[in-house]
Formats: sequence, C-alpha cells, structure tokens
Amino acid sequence: MEIFVPLYVAIPLGCAFIGAIIGIFSKAFSRLFTSLVLAFMAGLSVYLILLQKFPIVYTVGGWKAFNRVPIGIYMVMDGLSVYLITIVNVIGFLSVFYSISYIKRFTGENYYYSLFSLMIAGMNGVVLSGDLFNLYVFLEIAAISSYALVAFGIEKEQLEASFKYQVLGGISSLFILLSIGLIYWYTSTLNIADISRVLSQKSFPKTIVFVEIILLSAFGLKAAMIPFHAWLPDAHSSAPSPISSMLSGVLIKAIGAYVIMRLFFNLFAISYSIAYVITVIGTISMVVGVLLAIGQWDIKRLLAYHSISQMGYVILGIGIGMLVISKNGNMDIASLAIAGGLFHLFNHAVFKGLLFLNAGAVEYVTGIRDMKRLGGLAGGMPITASTSMSASMSISGIPPFNGFFSKLIIIIASAKAGYYVLSILAVFVSMITLASFLKVQRFTFFNDNGEKWSERGITIKEVPFPMCFSMIFLAVLCIVLSFMVFPSVREVVLMPAVNVLLKSSMYSTNILGY
Amino acid sequence: MKGMTIIVKKVTQILCGIIFLYGIYIILHGHLTPGGGFAGGAIIAGAFILLVIAFGSESPYLKRSESSTSIVEGGAILAFLIIAVLGLSIAGYRIFFKNFLPKGKVGNLLSAGLLPVYNIVVGIEVAAALFTIFLALIIYREEVSK
Amino acid sequence: MTVYILCILLFLVGLYGVVTKRNLIKIIIGISIMEYSVNLFLILVGYVKGGTAPILSKGLKNNIFVDPLPQAMVLTAIVIGLATTALLLAVAIRIYKKYGTFDIREIKKLKG
Repeated sequence: MEIFVPLYVAIPLGCAFIGAIIGIFSKAFSRLFTSLVLAFMAGLSVYLILLQKFPIVYTVGGWKAFNRVPIGIYMVMDGLSVYLITIVNVIGFLSVFYSISYIKRFTGENYYYSLFSLMIAGMNGVVLSGDLFNLYVFLEIAAISSYALVAFGIEKEQLEASFKYQVLGGISSLFILLSIGLIYWYTSTLNIADISRVLSQKSFPKTIVFVEIILLSAFGLKAAMIPFHAWLPDAHSSAPSPISSMLSGVLIKAIGAYVIMRLFFNLFAISYSIAYVITVIGTISMVVGVLLAIGQWDIKRLLAYHSISQMGYVILGIGIGMLVISKNGNMDIASLAIAGGLFHLFNHAVFKGLLFLNAGAVEYVTGIRDMKRLGGLAGGMPITASTSMSASMSISGIPPFNGFFSKLIIIIASAKAGYYVLSILAVFVSMITLASFLKVQRFTFFNDNGEKWSERGITIKEVPFPMCFSMIFLAVLCIVLSFMVFPSVREVVLMPAVNVLLKSSMYSTNILGY
Repeated sequence: MKGMTIIVKKVTQILCGIIFLYGIYIILHGHLTPGGGFAGGAIIAGAFILLVIAFGSESPYLKRSESSTSIVEGGAILAFLIIAVLGLSIAGYRIFFKNFLPKGKVGNLLSAGLLPVYNIVVGIEVAAALFTIFLALIIYREEVSK
Repeated sequence: MTVYILCILLFLVGLYGVVTKRNLIKIIIGISIMEYSVNLFLILVGYVKGGTAPILSKGLKNNIFVDPLPQAMVLTAIVIGLATTALLLAVAIRIYKKYGTFDIREIKKLKG
C-alpha cells in the first residue's frame, strides 16, 4: 500500500506531459486520456478511504532516519490527507468530463488539459507532503498553473483579472518563503513532525509568534479571507466555468484551509490568542461576504462572493474547536465543532462546483451572464434547472440536503461552547444566503418571458451529454452526502480526519515513532 | 528584427561553439564542482539566443513556430519521470527515486550512481524551455508591431 | 545582525515599487527585487563562522563547511521565480495588445 503515495504525484505529472506532446498531433487523444487518468485517480482514492490503514509514511529515495534524526523527504498520508485527496480527485474528474464539450470553442485545447493535470498534481503534492519546503514547491506548481488557466480564453477581462491574481499571489508566496527561512534558522530542520518536536522542547520566543502571524496572513490570502479577499471576485468570475468550479471548489481549500489546519494544529502548539484571531477572521468573512453578495447582478460574481462567506463557516468551526482545546475545555464540544467544519468543507466543494457548472451551462446556451437580461429558461433546459434548484436548496441549508446538517452541527457546537453571539450571526447569514439564492433562481430560470428568446435569435435547448453527466452526478452527491450523519459512515470517513486534529500533539509521535 | 553588423556575426560564429562546450562541461561535472543541471542548461540556452540575436529573426534558417523545442522539453521531462519510476520496478528495490547504478570512488567522473544522468536530462530540459520562452516572446512582439 | 536588516530593507524597497508605481513593467521589476532579497536571506541563514564551500576535494585542511541545505532551497526558489516572471511578462504583453497602454489607471474594466 505504500506504493500508492508517490504515484499520486507522478501519474498526473506524466499524463500532463504525454498529453502535451501527442496532443499537438491529435486533440481527441488528450481529451480521452486525461479523463481516463483522472477517473482512475478518483477510484483509487475512494478505495484508499475504505482501506483504513493510517498513517502511511513514505520516505522518498529510501533515506532512513539516522540516529533518530530524519534526513530524507517524507510523504505522509493520514486521515486528514485522504479526506482531502478524495475531494480533489473526484471534483477534478467531474470538471474535466464537463470541459470535454465546453472547451471545444477555444484554440490550443491540448494546453488546457496539460495545465489542468499539472494543477491536480500540485494539489495532490501539497496534501501529501510531510516536509515544509516540499509543500511550498507543490503550492507554487498548483498556483502558477491556475494563473495560466484563469487567462485561458484571451479576452480583456480575463487578462486583467489574471494579472491582479498573479501579483497578489506572488507576494503571499514570497512571505511564505521568508517565514520558512526564519523557521529553519530557529530549529535547523525542515520536517514537519521534527519541527513540532523541537518546538515543544525549547522555550517560546517572540520570533515564533512573528512567524505565526506572517503565515496566517499569507495563507489567509490563499484561502480568501477578509481582508485578503480582493483577488477572488475578479479571478473566479472571469475564468472559464470548469476552471471556476475547480478554483472555488478545490483550490482555496487544498492550499488555503488545509495548510492552516495542518500548521496551526500539528506544527505550532495551540495558543489562545491565535485561536481568537482565527475565529474573528472567520466570523468577519462570513458576515461581510454575504452582505457584499446580495447586491450583485452578475451570476458568477455573486457565486464568488458566496465562496468567501462559506469558507468563513469552515474557518469558524475550526476556530471554535481550537478555542475550546486551548482552554482545556470539554473535548466532545471541540470534536463536534471540528467535525462540523470539515463536513462543511466537503459539502461546499460539491454544491459550489455544481453552481458554477450550472452558470457555465447557462452561458454556453445563451452567452449572457447578467441576470437582468435572463429569464424563462426552466422550460427549455430541464436538467440545468433542476440541478440548480438542488444546489441552491443545499447552500441555503434546507433539509434533507447536505448543507443543512453541516450548518446545524456548527451552530449547535458554538452554542454549547458558550458563544451565543456567533450562533445568532451564523443563523442570520444563512437567512440572507437563502434570500440571495431565491433571487438567482427567480431571475435566471423562472421569470417567464417566453417569446423574448426567439426575438433575439437564440434557441434554448439542453446542453450536450458530458456536461449533463457531471451536473447530475454532483446533484446526486448532494443528497448522498447527507448520509454522513449516520454513525457507521461517519466513523469511516470523517472521524479519522477529526482525530488527527483533536489529538494534535500526537502527530510527531505517530510519524517518527518516538 | 534585423541582424547586427558583419563583425558581430563573425565573432558570434566563432564564440558560439566555445560557449556551448563550456555549458556541457558544467553539466557533466555537476557532482564534483558547483553548477549542475540548471546552471549548465541556462548557459546552453544563452548560446542559442546569442545566435538568434546576432543573425536577426528574418534569417531563412529560423523556424517560425516553437513546436519542435516544445516537444524536446516535454520529452526530457518524461525521461526524468521514467528514470525515477524505474527505481520502483527494478527487483530488490521498491523505492521511488532510488540511486541504483554503482557508485565509484569519490572524485572520479564516473561516480555517484544516477546523478550525472539526472543532470544531463535537467540540462536539456532547461535549455529547451528557456529557448522556447525566448522564441515565443520575440516572434510574438513582431506580430504585434506590424 | 546588520546583514539581515539590510535584507529586510531590500524587501521593503521592492514592496514600495509594487505598491506605488503605475507602469505594469515597474510592478514586475518590484516583484523581482523582492525575490532576490528573500533568496539572499535564505543563503545568509546557512553561514558558519570560518567555513568554506561544502565540496569534498583533495588537500583539505580543516573540516568546517557552510550549510548546504539552504543552497539547495535557493536553487529551487530561483527556478520558481523564473517561471513566475515569465508568466507575468507574457500576460503583460497580451494586455498591451488589447488595451494599448501599460498604465494601470486605464485598465479598469472589472468593477464592483
């Protein structure tokens, strides 16, 4: 079983460059080949989650630890990593399948599939890495591929959005490199488990607090928290639709929220002040995101602002868990809060990906993104309308869809921990989300101006089969995922991830063995 | 872009071969002296770029598209991955990236196992990549200014 | 100690360039200056007093070498910086073709 860990990085990398070479001669080859490879990776990750043998530690090159000091590069797969790998590969496969018919109108198709595979390889590398500098290198691979993919169809808005995204992302990457240099200066090792062991033995100077603040700002920019959110509305609304669903559904989680969880629970010791800052940032993102979203008239810009708000929910859940652990409170409440945050992570990837794919289908048929000029599409596009209704009910928190259960767990956990103001704010934000999505549904699908479309010369018919398949699969997944509240499914999928974060000081003992 | 004067053309014809040879020397001795794959590859790319700048991009021997250098770059990366995965399948070793050729004495040219092979592959890849970027930006600039 | 403060000062010079200049190319040069300063800081972290280059060769008197791990980190960081700069320049050339200017006060199509 150890053999699968480096294959997660090597197989998408090989697929990217084989597709780049042979795709110059035949375009159909790169479409089919990339879809098959990503389907294989998705199936492999579901198999690994059912296998339940954690943690798997893999030393690259076979350099064993010498004299109790790890000298090689480690790749680690534990409960949290396998949870995120499933999200990345499943949503990646569905987006590639959707883009088989969406990308046909761009020239240079084979470069799109190569860049997509490189982005998947980079994200797999970030989630599986056990070494701090290796994490930085894979983060840069994924980020640079995403900068190129945002500017893919070369129009005015896409180039401007990509330039803004690149400058801000580049500055945050340089801050990360500076803080890696400061950590190496203080502890003289780069392995995550070894750094946490060294930091727990030495005393706690001001340098480490400075490094924590820089890392929180830089990864907060990657995860689109307020006040670092300025690149997100432009980049996510101007990109092609399958790329928007990958960026908003997977990238801000795998290189933003996951790294914050890994570094602040397992690397640094949990302290009260950092937990307080994380909770405040989560709450402000949640509230300000939804207030900025309700006035938008462009579909994709509205969905991008809602991404900020829902990621605020995830960071709020994690922050409450961290506050309870740092005050040595009741461990059951902390476990409930962290489980709510991680469950909302999976749900958000599924329903936000589905919403962006629906917006892409509407744009594919009509060519318009402004909601004031749309309307009356429900009769001609039944599959798009019904999946969009399912995703909208899911994000607003209506039972029995999956969004209801994860929001309920976060609200109950924050009420039990004694933070009643946060619970009231979470309910208030959920009501405004419901209002905003009722607006989307009415103006896009149900406004019933039947003869308006034949006047403009656009015929309304259903989108082709690959796009339908992806949307129906994600809509079914919205209902199936609400089974995660049952204890038998929860023990297999969610609880190993929660236990990695809950017993945070056991990380170095599990990996190194002493 | 027009080429430069006749003196620059003649001197470049003589010097290009020497720069190319120097780049190959830095790549091959990567495990004994500072340098290695990336630095040597950048020097080789410098030799090619010097030729294009001295003779002008309207010269009849220059290809208008960059697809052939792109194929060389992709092929070099695939060779790197295949050598890395080969360690997984050789009997007796089941480890990614393992160094499986015999290591000789310290200080010889033919020592340190698989390292000179990795250096050569990385050198080819970096030279092809830098030359592709140069061709794409310069030939595009001419189409803009027309 | 003064060497590290000069590195942070170079980082702030680059940041000033990114924040206040109006030309796209000057913003790209500011990002390059920030990269150089972070690479310099990483190499200076690995200095050992009285050490020589970490290469085994014949005729070596004392055995104090400087730390080779930050040098490997900086090689990788230079390659990443090259890729970032190349992509920024390619997008800047395309912006010039579409908008006709490099001034960021004219490139304001996305609002709200």
